[in-house]
Amino acid sequence: MYRVVKKRLLAPAIALLEVDAPAVAAKVEPGQFVIVRVDEMGERIPLTVMDFDREKGTITIVVQDVGYSSALITAMNEGDKFQDFVGPLGVASEIENHGTVVCIGGGLGIAPIYPIARALKEAGNHVISVLGSRSADLMILEDEMRAVSNEVVIATNDGSQGVKGFVTDGLAHVIAQGHQVKVIWAIGPMVMMKAVVDYTRPLGIKTIVSMNPIMVDGTGMCGACRISVGNETKFACVDGPEFDGHLVDFDLAMKRLAFFKDEENRAKARLECDHEGGHH
Amino acid sequence: MAEIVEKAKKVKIPRQDMPCQDPLVRAHNFEEVALGYTQETAMQEAKRCLQCKKPLCIQGCPVEVLIPDFIKKIAEGEFEESARVLKIKNSLPAVCGRVCPQEVQCESKCILGIKGESVAIGRLERFAADFGMKSNEAKIETVEPTGKRVAIIGAGPAGLACAGDLAKAGHAVTILEALHVAGGVLMYGIPQFRLPKEIVQTEISNLKKMGVEILTNQVVGKITSVDELMENGYDAVFIGTGAGLPYFMNIPGENLNGVYSANEFLTRTNLMKGYKFPDYATPVKVGKNVAVLGAGNVAMDSARTALRLGAENVYIVYRRSRAEMPARHEELEHAEEEGIQFRLLTNPVAIQGDERGWVKSLTCLRYELGEPDASGRRSPIAIKGSEFEIPMDTVVVAIGQGPNPLVTTSTPGLELNKWGNIVVNEQTLLTSKPGVFAGGDIVTGAATVILAMGAGKQAAAGIDAYLKTK
Repeated sequence: MYRVVKKRLLAPAIALLEVDAPAVAAKVEPGQFVIVRVDEMGERIPLTVMDFDREKGTITIVVQDVGYSSALITAMNEGDKFQDFVGPLGVASEIENHGTVVCIGGGLGIAPIYPIARALKEAGNHVISVLGSRSADLMILEDEMRAVSNEVVIATNDGSQGVKGFVTDGLAHVIAQGHQVKVIWAIGPMVMMKAVVDYTRPLGIKTIVSMNPIMVDGTGMCGACRISVGNETKFACVDGPEFDGHLVDFDLAMKRLAFFKDEENRAKARLECDHEGGHH
Repeated sequence: MAEIVEKAKKVKIPRQDMPCQDPLVRAHNFEEVALGYTQETAMQEAKRCLQCKKPLCIQGCPVEVLIPDFIKKIAEGEFEESARVLKIKNSLPAVCGRVCPQEVQCESKCILGIKGESVAIGRLERFAADFGMKSNEAKIETVEPTGKRVAIIGAGPAGLACAGDLAKAGHAVTILEALHVAGGVLMYGIPQFRLPKEIVQTEISNLKKMGVEILTNQVVGKITSVDELMENGYDAVFIGTGAGLPYFMNIPGENLNGVYSANEFLTRTNLMKGYKFPDYATPVKVGKNVAVLGAGNVAMDSARTALRLGAENVYIVYRRSRAEMPARHEELEHAEEEGIQFRLLTNPVAIQGDERGWVKSLTCLRYELGEPDASGRRSPIAIKGSEFEIPMDTVVVAIGQGPNPLVTTSTPGLELNKWGNIVVNEQTLLTSKPGVFAGGDIVTGAATVILAMGAGKQAAAGIDAYLKTK
């Protein structure tokens, strides 16, 4: 169980892993997440689900090497096994036919937006996807997103592909075309989601974000993932991960994300030291 | 006459102390605090037992351990036999010998305790259980399978105790556990220095040898549901999901960096072994000054853990006085010996943060005791204008836990009370759903390991009776 059946590098340091987890695959819905542990000494890492195949019994996750555990995960190969793989966790996205919707994915956030866009399209929506990355070589899952969207707008920070700028510039492009956008989903780094909700708030367009705070158990037991939504404390793991972005206190969420920065750097540095054959 | 002389002799033997690690040493390590009896002291202590014809101690035990019988075997030097007698009623004796509040249970009923000191039943239980564990594997008696299947949700004290008794009755038992390891609060909550995790896992492996199947990483309410379990061939379900939802105080500043729920703080340290970071990948950290809000056993565990993680000043902040502190006397003593500072009649009203969003200080109000309230306890009253600040780096909120709603909200037709606890028949622990039983903290609200185990055993009896009617 929990064996990696397929691995694909989507971009430098970004890996797609298809994992054998039939019981999870039987129940998971777009918007939900899993928690994985690489080995017996590993931490519990929450990862939003990118895809699932109920017949094959697999869950697909996309991971970027940014820290200790994500480095270990992206280094896994076909045949390797996760120690633990728990899910599905969190509340699924509410999918219905709104008319025209926009799905914004920034960087790694394109992975979790993918199943939501697909479900929205299957529900009859006109799906416009806005995909952002730093540059063209870091753009992931473009073909997959095109297959589940009616229109795709691409924005890169350096202008190497599509609109030059941020996803908000891509979104501005969509709004300028006169689309009557009913709901927006935005998933990506917290700064990106904050920028999107700041942009859509004056426009009065409902904007759903997927929060990715620090978690431990993922079942509502520890409260590490608490965030403030409309001045109320919520647990992202069981009350979310999706929330009305206009009510989320992003400044608080970003500060909380930094709580273990020093420790994360220490662990990562140690890993790199190990790789070079050094001692610790 | 000879009997009276014999009893008089017994009364003269003093209650045997249990050696502990030196407080100043143990405050900096995660090794077990209490070191256990030697064979000699155990036999000496066991000889104090009067072997009452109508032993009241058993009435004081939620799982009705055959106390005089197992103690008699220790007195006779039959340690292995003692462990066997112990296990007839208790599937986790090495755990109970460490964490039960014996002073308000079995030991409170001991006749010797009326005029002097009661028999140290808990210490003897620990001795016998540890001996049984070390000497050899538990002898598993094979039973005739009944062909009935029972699913248990939650591998904590209630679920494990229930599983043990059901397996003994010949039912096929599967436990579904949400975390990656079985044990529940015994693994994530109670610290290593009070209950070594190796002991918990040895007790659990004995259950597995009895045929109990344990599936980890199964979050019931998500991956499956109570109704699905019943549809998929289980003849009965026991819900023992505990009290896992942390309460916060709802004071300003509770979402600052450096504020943990006790559940998070203890889970990082115990379950994830954060005290061995970075060998283990989960970090946990405390600053110089740590405040633990609350005064129960979980608060004491948190405070003593903070000390071991390197904090210089650890405060228990509690708005009532010492007499009202709900923690066990022994835990309070151990905490104080180690240097935990009690800030009593003190109530936190806000947590102050710096510009980066980290805890900077704790704002408190001083209290005084007023007239007794409905519960008979003198209620604390705030002293006006008594606000003061204590510099603080870390705050651990340990004011209690509620029922986790994942299972209950995904089970239509399950009757709950207004706090979200499951309503059950007091005798059988049957819920409002046929074939579905519940026990432990999910029914009673946060209580003790042994009460949960008692409920697990009671439910096992209820389930066994129910299955016989099917």
